[in-house]
Amino acid sequence: MLNVEGLTKQFGGLKAVDDVSFHVEPNTITAIIGPNGAGKSTLFNLIAGALPPTAGRIEFEGRDVTHAPAHEMARLGIARTFQTTHLFEEDTVLDNVIIGHRLRTRSGLWDAVVRSRRHRAEERECRERAYEALRFVGIESLADMPVRLISQEAKKRAAIALGLATQPKLLLLDEIAGGLNPEETQRVMGLIRKLVEHGYTVCFVEHKMHMVMSLADRIIVLHHGRKIAEGTPDEVRRNPDVIEAYLGGAAHAAGE
Amino acid sequence: MKPQVWRRAGVSLLLVLGLALPLVVSNGYYQQVIVLAYIWAIATYGMNIILGYTGLLSLGQAGFFGVGAYTAALLMLKLNWNFWPALLAALVVSLVLGYLVAIVSLRTRGHYFAIFTMAVGVILNLVIDRWNGLTNGEVGLVGVPGPGSIGPVSLDSDLGKYYVVYVFLVVAVWIAWSLRHSLPGRALLAIRNSEDLAEAIGTPVMRFKRLAFVLSTAFAGVAGALFAGYMGYLGPDVTSINMTFNMLLYLLIGGIGSIAGPLLGALIVSFLTQFLQIFQDYQMLIFGPVLVLLIIFFPGGLASVPRLIRRRRARDHAAAVAMAEAAAIEGSGSAKEGA
Amino acid sequence: MDEWGVAMTLLLQEILNGIVVGSIYSLVALGLTLVYGVMEIPNFAHGHLYMLGAYIAFFLLTSAHFSYWPALLGAVVVLVVVGLLVERLVFNPLRKAPQVNAMIASVGVMLFLEALAQAIWGPNYLQMPTPYGNVLHIGALSVTQQQLLVVVAAIVMMVLLNLFLKRTMIGAAIEAVAQHREGALLVGIPSGRIAMLTFAIASGLAALAAVLVTPINLLFPAMGTMVIMKAFVIIVLGGMGSIPGAILGGYILALAESIGGAYISTNYQDLIAFAVLVLILSIRPAGLFARRA
Repeated sequence: MLNVEGLTKQFGGLKAVDDVSFHVEPNTITAIIGPNGAGKSTLFNLIAGALPPTAGRIEFEGRDVTHAPAHEMARLGIARTFQTTHLFEEDTVLDNVIIGHRLRTRSGLWDAVVRSRRHRAEERECRERAYEALRFVGIESLADMPVRLISQEAKKRAAIALGLATQPKLLLLDEIAGGLNPEETQRVMGLIRKLVEHGYTVCFVEHKMHMVMSLADRIIVLHHGRKIAEGTPDEVRRNPDVIEAYLGGAAHAAGE
Repeated sequence: MKPQVWRRAGVSLLLVLGLALPLVVSNGYYQQVIVLAYIWAIATYGMNIILGYTGLLSLGQAGFFGVGAYTAALLMLKLNWNFWPALLAALVVSLVLGYLVAIVSLRTRGHYFAIFTMAVGVILNLVIDRWNGLTNGEVGLVGVPGPGSIGPVSLDSDLGKYYVVYVFLVVAVWIAWSLRHSLPGRALLAIRNSEDLAEAIGTPVMRFKRLAFVLSTAFAGVAGALFAGYMGYLGPDVTSINMTFNMLLYLLIGGIGSIAGPLLGALIVSFLTQFLQIFQDYQMLIFGPVLVLLIIFFPGGLASVPRLIRRRRARDHAAAVAMAEAAAIEGSGSAKEGA
Repeated sequence: MDEWGVAMTLLLQEILNGIVVGSIYSLVALGLTLVYGVMEIPNFAHGHLYMLGAYIAFFLLTSAHFSYWPALLGAVVVLVVVGLLVERLVFNPLRKAPQVNAMIASVGVMLFLEALAQAIWGPNYLQMPTPYGNVLHIGALSVTQQQLLVVVAAIVMMVLLNLFLKRTMIGAAIEAVAQHREGALLVGIPSGRIAMLTFAIASGLAALAAVLVTPINLLFPAMGTMVIMKAFVIIVLGGMGSIPGAILGGYILALAESIGGAYISTNYQDLIAFAVLVLILSIRPAGLFARRA
């Protein structure tokens, strides 16, 4: 479904992502892990089109999307969430999520000003999609609550709902369990499993190892921008390079 | 159903009030204060679209007001155009110029955008102020014709002009309202909230920013043309950056991002200035600090008062929210555990 | 003198004028760029602090009968205090608010200061007295003592500022924050104190520039408006937060204006700065010397 080949991103003299290749099969969960500063977030930004790559190629469903901008990637079916959810705290959960389906609509300013039939139909459509997404992530009853009042876990769920409202095929989740306690993390893991059961493909960046090991079908390990390992949780767990990267990184940081 | 009925009744009442106002306020001087407040409110609705909805501080608004005003006035004076085609031309010119400036200025970010648009505003002001051959420089233009008459109804009377400006104000509010509650408008708000997230959910950010910018310059241009036709004379001072700062003041006092804000702010500031005659020259001694205090303690302005009251009530319900949440998530969680 | 000689003299005279004006631009832009670098606020009120400095000196000279140098010192001291107040009362509370809010607040401060000056001193143009009004002749060029004073004092100030930024602990901290914001964390000086000190220095420099130049120009409440807008052009030109950029940019802009004004049109002289700004940002949207992301 997603094919990444020789992807490289250079900032000045620093290669944040260095010649990374991998692919993601449909309807699976792929985890991207690595020590801090390994280039995980940059890799996500490249795939989502938020940053242009220096070199390499990205294919999504057989189509070359290397240079497609972020809003185009969303249209093609890639949704993402951010480490901090970026939701608008003052608005209600529903108002935050409604906009998700806008990219599948065609009404412009004129339709809005004359309240055209199309505009009204599409607004209704967006609202329904938003409710559907909220129902899926389990917070439909919070639809009318302002985001600032709901818990961290509910915000993460709302962020996923916003992504779902865009009708994606692939979801990129950036540290979706960040800031959640173990119990909440367990529940969000349940939600990710539910996503895959319903035909979505998930790719996530995460620090919480138990989450990575119990959820992922495949794991990709980055270190200093390079891919040092890839495989099933069991394979990765036993890989000496991975152990070295994590321990070596820790030793290095302690030495500073 | 009920709140909707109430809202409709309220809006109708306000519309009728606006229609009846010049019949009640027969004092010509106060009528003029009101009409000028309407005109600046129209321009401020434009500023609200770019600043309030989209979150971009554009400091060239008075320059575009001047472009509209001088385009209309010069077409009428030099080429003997009628008011209405001249107004249309003012709209078109401010749209086109706005689009050109949008293409370049929106490539800059954050503070650079504010500084860039400030420079554009200053350039427009300086050109209008110095190009004696065309604009008559500091002396300005006199004898600008008004809207004329439609059939037997003269619009050049005080009453006629009031209704012309009033109709434009209503249209401006309508556009602002429909935009605010439409999908394109929500896209603008999404950009203000987080450009990264807006992009990620498929919003072509640049295209929407251009839309907002061009709308704001079009509002300013039309307001300028109305100003020229209403006053009958025109000087470069209406294009100075101080006028942009005035709009900022109206917006902040009325309520940035709100529908009522620009009109509320323009009316309140205009009337306070009139009633506090002594302060007229020194009004900024009060409004300057007011601007600072508002932005620190009360960034939502007057229009946010009802929401703040609701919010206080909402805080009491926070516990209830938490319980609803726990039940909702718990429920969905157990469903998934089974799967 | 032959025709070529006249042309040469004219050019040299314009260059001299450019250097005088450039000294002032640089001092104002230095303060603006320091404040921007340290606090990421484009302070629209900075030009009005400059204006206030001139009026304070005018008051000390005419009503309190100070002589020139004590008046200058007095204006700088008053403006340092005003700068500190503005930082504490207006910008400090807005540190965590969206960028736009601090900009709007600075506009509020600006409107207030202009109205204040107008309320106290009236809207008319005033002439500031100076003991250095004599004209000196260097060959065919003429220059007033005050003009020379502007250039010399500005250069002395720049050297002193440079020593302060390079040789003192807190100065180094300010420069570190101004030029690379992340570096500040390493130095371990409270950022609140750095912000206050930066504001104090910036306001003091603005007052100094104003008292130096106002005897040449005139005094009026809106005198800060054009200065601040040009200072913005300069720091965009020189890179926002860059100290050498502000100095160089100030002189370059002033020279461009005086030469351009002489040879193209004095009527549109003020336009040059803004045309340059629009041109630069059209080609390089992040400024001439964009910091790396």
